[in-house]
Amino acid sequence: MSPSPPAIEVTDLVKSYGDVEAVRGVSFTVPRGEVFGFLGPNGAGKSTTINMLCTLARPTSGAARVGGFDVAGQRDDVRRHIGLDFQDPTLDGHLTAEQNLRVHAELYGIDRAVIGERMRQMLEMVELWDRRDRPVMTFSGGMRRRLEIARGLLHSPRVLFLDEPTIGLDPQTRASIWSYIRALQETEGTTIFMTTHYMDEAELCDRIAIMDRGEIVVLDTPEALKAGVGSDRVVLGTADDAAALVALRERFGIDATVAEGAVTFHVEAGEAFVPRLFAELDVAITSVAVSRPTLDDVFLRHTGSTIRDAETAGAGDQNRLMMRALAGSRR
Amino acid sequence: MSATVADVVAARVPERSWRSEARAVKTVCHRDLIRFVGNRAQIMMWLIQPLLFLFVLGSGLQSLSAASTGGVDLKTFIFPGVLCITVVFSAMLSAASLVWDRELGFLRELTIAPVSRTSILLGKCLGGATIAATQGVVVLALAGLVGVPYDPVLVLGAVGLLLLLSFTVTSFGLLVAVQIKQAQTFTAVMQLFVIPMYFVSGALYPVSGLPTWLGVLNRLDPLTYAVDPMRRLVFNHITISDEARRRLDPGVTWFGWHLPAGLEVAMVLVLGLAVLGVAVWKFARTE
Repeated sequence: MSPSPPAIEVTDLVKSYGDVEAVRGVSFTVPRGEVFGFLGPNGAGKSTTINMLCTLARPTSGAARVGGFDVAGQRDDVRRHIGLDFQDPTLDGHLTAEQNLRVHAELYGIDRAVIGERMRQMLEMVELWDRRDRPVMTFSGGMRRRLEIARGLLHSPRVLFLDEPTIGLDPQTRASIWSYIRALQETEGTTIFMTTHYMDEAELCDRIAIMDRGEIVVLDTPEALKAGVGSDRVVLGTADDAAALVALRERFGIDATVAEGAVTFHVEAGEAFVPRLFAELDVAITSVAVSRPTLDDVFLRHTGSTIRDAETAGAGDQNRLMMRALAGSRR
Repeated sequence: MSATVADVVAARVPERSWRSEARAVKTVCHRDLIRFVGNRAQIMMWLIQPLLFLFVLGSGLQSLSAASTGGVDLKTFIFPGVLCITVVFSAMLSAASLVWDRELGFLRELTIAPVSRTSILLGKCLGGATIAATQGVVVLALAGLVGVPYDPVLVLGAVGLLLLLSFTVTSFGLLVAVQIKQAQTFTAVMQLFVIPMYFVSGALYPVSGLPTWLGVLNRLDPLTYAVDPMRRLVFNHITISDEARRRLDPGVTWFGWHLPAGLEVAMVLVLGLAVLGVAVWKFARTE
């Protein structure tokens, strides 16, 4: 083994369920200490990929090394060096915050001499030290989330997997969770592998991979990805979206899509294009907005849907309602 | 942020070993005990049932049964059976915590840890059996109220039998719990199997002179072989006529052959080990 292996190293990873290939040959590397964002619509294969990296699912073929260990052949070693924080709660509500952490420390076999101090530091970081003696069932959603993060970090993992760490939380809690993430990166060099549906959060990642239909369609820094889109985004409200799509294609040669109830397309020098649009488009325009490319555009370009539409379209998804509510309130 | 780069305490997770597995067993068990102690309402609830059997049913039916029990108080007669029921229901309920752990997500925290599934299930079994036996011991403490003496041999023997029965029933409950996915199913299993098993076991009546169908069911019921030695033990320490003893404590027979208590105890133990083995095997495969 090299002196400092990458935190995550994935080579041609495949997972099939019967005839269905959920993950079709994925390869990527995450260096140590990086905050890596893992994005994609529902059913893209994100969860399956994460489950393989966490040793919860066995790869059909290909290989993955996490923290320097093979996920198939060295399951226990992988588990010793990762922290997990899933969307679904895994705390014991009847135990206090401290008891939950202590159970974790014992399960992971942490040296008793350091448990107390380590526990204090993690609880202080997530600002729950004062509440350590309270049963977790009395905690708010945000407090539970913070406690889960503290617990996931208790055994000093090399890689922390965070599945939608801030979903449904208020902006203040989201901000503080991000400050913990950055603090961790600085103090312990922990690698963070996270999924999110918030584009403003994806911006904060060092690098982002977007997965779609079982493959990684693009992987780069947020800046590079946005630069790759190049053109500006124009969002039109029209009296007749379908007619507008046809007119845009015929007159300007532009392929527009209808996303989140508005006609959206990309064009160079958007501000200069708008007057032409008003002069030449024979469909009534009710509103127009021009913006610089965002990660939403990157997502749209590579997956064909906006991230919120992608999320809400996922059938049977437990967070669908919540996401819809959030998406609604943010418009 | 109080922790800075310099003073952060890093933890290290050691490689898996017998020591770490033992620690995991202990932790899983300890957690169930913490939850049990913290849940006083549940403790009280599960003591009500044995008390109802013992003092309400026992006192109520006393006038009907006085003639046939040869002067023995019905409460004294059903005491060994009530000890067993306490343990059976408590052990099943403790085992059901595995289903709740799964439903509420905590099981994931256990199964993702770098410890074997076997250790997790052993911890659950140890915790469940301890809780069940403890509740049995609380009921045992009432012995004096129903005319059963606090003889050291009786008390030690009874505690031993309670532990054994707790272990076997918890193992059975865990086997059920690893196979089902919903808490309601567990309740159904209680209603369909455990309560009938309890009634068939002879905990509340002598097992001789039963109608043939009930006699056969009784001999097939594993609980019979826990209730019988418990009753023998209790009856060894109370003074009653030989005739009453023969009628109330006839012992379990197979085609006329009296089973020794030692064999009955061994059967319950082997059954418990076998059931736990299957539960561990299933748990390691499915979860």
